[in-house]
Amino acid sequence: MNIPLLSTHKLTVALKERFFCRDLDLAIEPGRMVIVLGPNGAGKTLLLHTLAGLRLPAAGTVLLEGRPYAAWNADAAARCRGLLMQQQSDYFASSVLETTLVGRHPHLGRWNWESAQDLKIARSALAATGLEGLADRSILSLSGGERQRVALAALLAQQPRLFLLDEPLNHLDLHYQIAMLELFKRLAAEGRSIVLVVHDINLAARYADEVILLDGHGTVNFGPTADILANGRLSHAFGHPLRSFNIDGGRFFLPE
Amino acid sequence: MPTRRRALLILIALLMLALTSIVLALSVGSMPVSAGDVFAALLRQPTPGAEIVQQLRLPRALLGFACGGLLALAGTLMQVLLRNPLADPYVLGVSGGASIGALTAILLGLSGFGIDALAFGGALATLFLVFGLAHGDGSWTQTRLLLTGVVVAAGCGAVVALLLALAPEQQLRGMLFWLMGDLGQSSESGFALGMLALCLILALPFARELNLLARGADTARALGVAVPRLTRLIYFLAAVATAVAVSQAGAIGFIGLIVPHLVRLATGNDQRLLLPASALAGGSLLVLADTLARSIVAPQQLPVGVLTALIGVPVFLLLLGRHPR
Repeated sequence: MNIPLLSTHKLTVALKERFFCRDLDLAIEPGRMVIVLGPNGAGKTLLLHTLAGLRLPAAGTVLLEGRPYAAWNADAAARCRGLLMQQQSDYFASSVLETTLVGRHPHLGRWNWESAQDLKIARSALAATGLEGLADRSILSLSGGERQRVALAALLAQQPRLFLLDEPLNHLDLHYQIAMLELFKRLAAEGRSIVLVVHDINLAARYADEVILLDGHGTVNFGPTADILANGRLSHAFGHPLRSFNIDGGRFFLPE
Repeated sequence: MPTRRRALLILIALLMLALTSIVLALSVGSMPVSAGDVFAALLRQPTPGAEIVQQLRLPRALLGFACGGLLALAGTLMQVLLRNPLADPYVLGVSGGASIGALTAILLGLSGFGIDALAFGGALATLFLVFGLAHGDGSWTQTRLLLTGVVVAAGCGAVVALLLALAPEQQLRGMLFWLMGDLGQSSESGFALGMLALCLILALPFARELNLLARGADTARALGVAVPRLTRLIYFLAAVATAVAVSQAGAIGFIGLIVPHLVRLATGNDQRLLLPASALAGGSLLVLADTLARSIVAPQQLPVGVLTALIGVPVFLLLLGRHPR
């Protein structure tokens, strides 16, 4: 039997007295695209950070390739899973290429400098995110959407097997939202797994293999997209009635 | 990003700058010494000017280099740790504690080693006070550390003002010179040079991890950096470097703030190059400033802190204007 890339057993995520997710059993196989949905403040970021091993779970276990994070060497874990932060913060100027090369860190020894091979990987990551022409620009001079794509490029350069993406479509225009989702789909087709937080239910319906739905009160549902997006659950989680339509064989949701 | 080759070339150029500044410091002063005498002195040959060079100028130049290097290194580390371009070596209040120690020593009539020792003790005492207070509830956030440092520094400032108000007239001038930073009071440079080398050797292996830390603690952790351990080590290194510099030469301003920015503007923000380059540039700048300070209105000497500001500010503004990006 295949070991899932990421699995949890009775995972509980809580902050002080507040519970965001109780008893989540998750198994994410290689090649899967999993979308996390939920209202503001439902704990999507906390869940993602817990799955990335940055926070300890309040209860339960998180296993990366069958082993808890405590059993991983930090560099090896960083070669296995990559995390995209919700906010990109830049305090000092540096070029787009330099920022992308940050993703190569876990692949380098303490005294190594980035090699020609690392540069090649970084440049192809920039090409994949449509940033070829901007390699030498300062990140402080970029727009929000361009900055977001630099962060994605850095993550691609990291070449993890599991991508944990906190709102990767933030600041992106329609063209790049779809382009990035198609990119994730290609990565999944290569056998990598993608877990991403998205706010657009219709994009989730179109791209997700599975959905994790948080309702903000501790209830969490995980399962195939069609099951989880059944009307009642979504309306309940978001606290707003939704109607679904079938157009050209696809399912679309609109708020009432 | 600089390649390793380019980084080495930049460091060699800065090393030449450092050597030039030291040779200049040896030959310039209220009593002119020819270049020949300077080299004779360095080769330990007895010539008329040799004694001045060996006894006075060389230790002072080396001490200036070490203190400048320590301050610039500490400033670079603090800016990365606090992710704040306005951070300097004194943000955690280390200079305040050193000032109290040094002024107390001057008031007690101590000189030379006594002042250095009390200043170092004061610096270490504030260091542990700030870290202890900031650690109070077990969490160690940078905001808490920064605020504690600022408050302790303010408290130290009040004590310094009190000491100055109580001081007798004839000791006031020495105290003010110490506060503005003065390299003329200590003749021992080995300790400071050794500490500079030690701090650099301890910080350099973590240079690439510091690059990641500069982009945010969570980003760094996700990329495999042991952030709590790293920040603890680097805070400690920066604080000790500052304590050594301040206890030897007083609270010299601007070097620790401006040199890291100067070097960053010129070479980029890769800590692998930035850390050693800042140390070399900071050392050179302080040696040059001190040479000017004791030769502009010779035989009178100006406080070197005034000169570092006078040199640093226009150079910084010039570089800032050249980089519209």
